[in-house]
Amino acid sequence: MSNQPRLPMTPHPYPGKLIIVEGIDGSGKSTQLLLLNKWLESKGHKVFFTEWNSSELVKETTKRGKKNKSLTPTTFSLLHATDFASRLFHEILPPLKAGMIVLADRYMYTAFARDVVRGVSPEWVRKLYSFAITPDMAFYFKVPIEVAISRLLGGTRGQFKYYEAGMDMNLTPDVTESFRIFQSSILAQYEKIVDEFQLITLDATKDIEAQQNDMRRLVGEALKDYKPRRGTHGRRTVFWRRFDVPKSE
Amino acid sequence: MVDAQYFGDGLTYLNPSDLKGKLIAIEGTDGVGRSTHIEMLQEWLEVQGYGVLTTGWTRSNLMSKTIEMAKEGNILDRWSFSLLYATDFADRLEHEIIPALRSGYIVLADRYIYTAFARDFVRSGNRQWVRDVFGFALIPDLVCYLRIDVETLVLRVIETKGINYWESGMDLRLGNDLYDSFKKYQSLLIEEFDKMAEEFHFEVVDARKSPDEIQEELRSKIQPLLTARLRSPELPSDRLIQPAPSS
Repeated sequence: MSNQPRLPMTPHPYPGKLIIVEGIDGSGKSTQLLLLNKWLESKGHKVFFTEWNSSELVKETTKRGKKNKSLTPTTFSLLHATDFASRLFHEILPPLKAGMIVLADRYMYTAFARDVVRGVSPEWVRKLYSFAITPDMAFYFKVPIEVAISRLLGGTRGQFKYYEAGMDMNLTPDVTESFRIFQSSILAQYEKIVDEFQLITLDATKDIEAQQNDMRRLVGEALKDYKPRRGTHGRRTVFWRRFDVPKSE
Repeated sequence: MVDAQYFGDGLTYLNPSDLKGKLIAIEGTDGVGRSTHIEMLQEWLEVQGYGVLTTGWTRSNLMSKTIEMAKEGNILDRWSFSLLYATDFADRLEHEIIPALRSGYIVLADRYIYTAFARDFVRSGNRQWVRDVFGFALIPDLVCYLRIDVETLVLRVIETKGINYWESGMDLRLGNDLYDSFKKYQSLLIEEFDKMAEEFHFEVVDARKSPDEIQEELRSKIQPLLTARLRSPELPSDRLIQPAPSS
């Protein structure tokens, strides 16, 4: 690994492939990534899955900070960067070096969108993540705010979480309204990021299977020249077990 | 801090211009005697009637347990290592240091961002990233650097608390045992501190002198900051042993 900060779009030098998904809560990105994972494994690929804010190192701290509401925009951003760094080093780079396909539910673009809405400097948060590697494919699931809200409220959860709705920003005491304002600002940031980092935009209002077909077609093309590394038989459960039912942050 | 400034990309949601207090950082490598001197400085300042807040590296409410856990597990990569310290520092900056400065306190910081700079540089050979990360830090009014040579340091550390894993940089595999590793690691840190002393204009204090001499020297470096404060009418004179009037 180089110690120099990379330019934003420099390809990584590893034999594996890194595919990431981005989008606001309720965009359906996690469902799509799960289905992509099923497909890739059915094709015999070795796949490793990792998600935002899941490292052992800082998960508990973030939870505690959220619970006692002591997180500031800066500590919130730094904790997520620490989580990302830890996962990059321990979870993302080893399988990429081994030639596997790594699927990431959210990547640094989540921080570029969300942390900036919370109030940190856009330049600072980009420098913070300058050690990250550029994904081979980055999908953005574009969805209007009302669709996301009705999906989340109509789904299993029934209500918004405190930070997910941006309640820490004291926008309004009404949780749904706060979610609407907060996530709309995030959508606006994503629009800029899509251009800046050339994310692939998918229409997330389509049917699940139509979106998945689009995604599989694009991934299939991108993997045309990819030489999968096949390990010994029957060992894939080790990684499979780490993949749970998708949930947003 | 009349014209308080951020080191780099600052906190966009927090204007530092109304900070009345003074921020003094005491830097220097492990085992050089920083905390002893900070205790004495606090006593000296409080006797003169100044409000004093001492803040220590890795001592934030949010992060101190997390950092201990991470160190026990030895599972730190270079980036997490520096980012954990940055999170700890940000938590203390926003919840302790800035509120104290706003109320006119003198803040004594046991270690500051330069410690993170030195440790990250020794691990990465790159100076820029960690300096970008700590861009939200306030530039202190004064940085006192307790300078020591590694030969004196190693004897002092063995005599007092003993050599430990992280102070020896054992994660870097610099030597075959604690002693060799400690000396190599601390030499690299001291070398980098010396370079930063010039770059950032630290006040260098020779930490091989007797504790009394060191303390006297530290006080003489701090004194001019206090005299400057006399010009603001709402602050107490350093000659009057009484608390600041609550306005």
